[in-house]
Amino acid sequence: MRDLLTTDGLGHDEATAILDTADELKRTLLGREVRKLPTLRGRTVITMFYENSTRTRVSFEIAGKWMSADVINVSAGGSSVGKGESLRDTALTLSAAGADCVIVRHPASGAPHRLSGWLAETRTSVVNAGDGMHEHPTQALLDAATLRERLGSIEGRRIAIVGDVLHSRVARSNVHLLATLGAEVVLVAPPTLLPHGVEQWPVTTAYDLDSQLPGIDAVMMLRVQAERMRGGFFPSAREYSIAYGLNEKRLAMLPDHAVVLHPGPMLRGMEIASPVADSPRAAITEQVSNGVHVRMAVLYHLLAGEEL
Amino acid sequence: MTELLITGARPYGEGDPVDVLVADGVIAEIGERGALRAPSSAEVLDAAGQVLLPGLVDLHTHLREPGREDTETIESGSRAAALGGYTAVFAMANTDPVADNALVTGHVLRRGREAGLVDVHPVGAVTVGLAGERLAEMGTMATGEAGVRIFSDDGKCVADPLLMRRALEYSTSLGVVIAQHAEEPRLTGGAQAHEGERASRLGYVGWPASAEESIVARDCVLARHAGARLHVCHVSTTGTVDVLSWAKGLGVDVSAEVTPHHLLLTDERLETYDPVNKVNPPLRAEPDIERLRQALADGVLDCVATDHAPHAEQDKSCEWDAARPGMLGLQTALSIVADTMVRTGLLDWRGVARVMSERPAEIAGLSDQGRPLAEGEPANLVLVDPDAEWTVRGAELASIAGNTPYDGMRLPAVVTATLLRGRLTAREGKID
Amino acid sequence: MAPPRGAAAPAERELLSAGDVARTIARMAHQVIEKTALDGPADRSEGAHDVGSADDAGPPLPPVLLGIPTRGTPLAHRLAARIEEFSGVAVPAGALDVTLYRDDLRRKPTRPLEETDVPAGGIDDRIVILVDDVLFSGRTVRSALDALSDHGRPRAVQLAALVDRGHRELPIRADYVGKNVPTSRTEEVSVLLAETDGRDAVLIRGQ
Repeated sequence: MRDLLTTDGLGHDEATAILDTADELKRTLLGREVRKLPTLRGRTVITMFYENSTRTRVSFEIAGKWMSADVINVSAGGSSVGKGESLRDTALTLSAAGADCVIVRHPASGAPHRLSGWLAETRTSVVNAGDGMHEHPTQALLDAATLRERLGSIEGRRIAIVGDVLHSRVARSNVHLLATLGAEVVLVAPPTLLPHGVEQWPVTTAYDLDSQLPGIDAVMMLRVQAERMRGGFFPSAREYSIAYGLNEKRLAMLPDHAVVLHPGPMLRGMEIASPVADSPRAAITEQVSNGVHVRMAVLYHLLAGEEL
Repeated sequence: MTELLITGARPYGEGDPVDVLVADGVIAEIGERGALRAPSSAEVLDAAGQVLLPGLVDLHTHLREPGREDTETIESGSRAAALGGYTAVFAMANTDPVADNALVTGHVLRRGREAGLVDVHPVGAVTVGLAGERLAEMGTMATGEAGVRIFSDDGKCVADPLLMRRALEYSTSLGVVIAQHAEEPRLTGGAQAHEGERASRLGYVGWPASAEESIVARDCVLARHAGARLHVCHVSTTGTVDVLSWAKGLGVDVSAEVTPHHLLLTDERLETYDPVNKVNPPLRAEPDIERLRQALADGVLDCVATDHAPHAEQDKSCEWDAARPGMLGLQTALSIVADTMVRTGLLDWRGVARVMSERPAEIAGLSDQGRPLAEGEPANLVLVDPDAEWTVRGAELASIAGNTPYDGMRLPAVVTATLLRGRLTAREGKID
Repeated sequence: MAPPRGAAAPAERELLSAGDVARTIARMAHQVIEKTALDGPADRSEGAHDVGSADDAGPPLPPVLLGIPTRGTPLAHRLAARIEEFSGVAVPAGALDVTLYRDDLRRKPTRPLEETDVPAGGIDDRIVILVDDVLFSGRTVRSALDALSDHGRPRAVQLAALVDRGHRELPIRADYVGKNVPTSRTEEVSVLLAETDGRDAVLIRGQ
């Protein structure tokens, strides 16, 4: 594997290999005092975040450091246009400076694809750490790792993704990966927050959350960004919360084994009630710790093999 | 006076080859092969059975001068036009400064005359600074040196319905046409690509078809009430074709153009995230291009206009959202029309003359362009080899910028000669 | 009839039969018992190595066998079973994947990780016996020593290999060797085990 840009097109075997590696890494590191592997000694990983995201950046940074890579964080305030230097020039500079891998978060969908194209002649790999409304592949992989852990398997499981699907890169990456891994996905959202053409995705859709809950193995709650409320995607935060918020009453409607996931950061009281977020059914902190192992696995698969 | 004898040309690609004698800027005589007596001083152009058409007229070109001469000048754009078979182009008003006054429109006209390769007609802005707030001095521009015939805020929509109503009403006294860039801005905030499955999956903010259709419908109604002429720029959707059919059926004086890229390319191009494919309105889906082709053949869409839009390398070699919309078109338009309309049997070459020369000239009110191929008519002509093919190379096009989405593509039909009032402006791919 | 020129199929020869493999493992088990003094007093029976209480100042704990995947792992388990059979002492066995510690990762396509399974009692202050199928350059063992140090601090580390084919590139030697086989570098030695390959055998191929 040269780059990780999307889960769209990531094959079943490839995805499973990454998840298996993540599992093995987790087991290897479990209970160790020194959580450091020499595997990526001498490799340089650069995180390039054009959007703030402490959790994702830190997760990648820890992953790289636990693998003994040299991790350098470039915080790119504002857009490339605002900074004056083009994204292309920044990428070529970092590559020329010796980056083996560039991990990029960018507000423009497809920015990692562009990077990958510009760096095609170099030895620098590109990892998409979230691009616009497009994809966030490592989030989907860590969600899958968590589901495998909690449910034993993903094949044949029914998973609801609830909330602002329209703007969510997490939802897109999860739709592709879960479909590849054989899950049934139902997207639950008001019509204003479902993407155009969603009927061509490998999912079913529903407007009503309550009717979906009893048959669900896992529910992924998406964050509803405050700025969407001003756009009039739904009448009010209150009405949204009433219709789509995961509260204790709804938690009780889920089967006993069902898991609650949230990519964070959560808006407690909005899309998820505090007692639900803190309940043992919620796997939210496991998602975070699995995130490190999954990102280690991704770096391993990109950087540990022979140069392509 | 210079004389030119074109031997063995087939007017509109019909019938047996004939000889055409051009003298004093007009078609002096048309006769059977070898029948014409040309003075020994006459230059002879062997057409070898190629198609002879009236020179092409482009209602929609961005020549970038004044303001962005690093991407195109009136001179370089004129070369591209001549090489593409054009004898008249309309230069859009979104320059810097904006062509919203007679000073700028006069300047553009004069620079076009200096280049001397194609008639460059400035388009005047509808509103001051394209700001959509108050009308520009349309009367002064119309009656001034440039004699502006088309007004447009192209690049931006005259979105305010009251302002559009006033512009249409006012235009009736000047005998000019308002060309609308139909895009309801409230529906396209942040929009990057055709709203459809591909944009959704790939994470582009959608540009809904309804944003175009709602403005076209509104403007047709406003034009009808004002008794004004309306021209719709770069129609891109099936729904707009429906609206235009309906309006034309009601007798609304509306005309419409379609770009070559909307006849050929689809939002499949989004997969690459390469902004060379970014254009406004965006590339649509397969059913749209099918419908646009049919509507052009049926006459619901009147003509082809290039929306030739040069952009600097750095404005395309970036992430999609940061890129400027637009693509080169002057040198590829005829080939794309040959590919999408002639090869498919939707239009014959007489039809091509209609949609690329005659109708645009009528819409713009040009008396010396888009004329029949007949004795006494102005010798604005283009000779096309319909059987030849060529490979597009952005770097080899005459425009300063190289942003063509057809780079590397093999296209049919080659322009072998262009004549502006009897004078060769381009020949065998070179400026004469 | 001579084989076609230049297309000679590499000759394959059996170094050890299934019976040989079983006898070799049994012999190695005896050597381990002897060398780690498991044949001492009877109180070192099953359970005596239970490290449940830290203040238990009993006799030294039995060794831990860690196989290096893929085939070192079943070998370690077989060896442990033989040792228990012959000495009556249950010897914990597990697996130690060394992939993440290899120095040649960049020379081959990305390898999948194999299982690491350190027995519950851990390795601190115990003798660890690394078990591999073939000892060759010694680089795998070097990686294993690094991996081991990340899991704890053994009292001593020993090495058992079913086959030692020579050509060491590092100062490493085995404490227990099933069979020493002189080879050329280009020859290929493969160990087959019922658990992974359906049958037991050691083969040598090529010239």
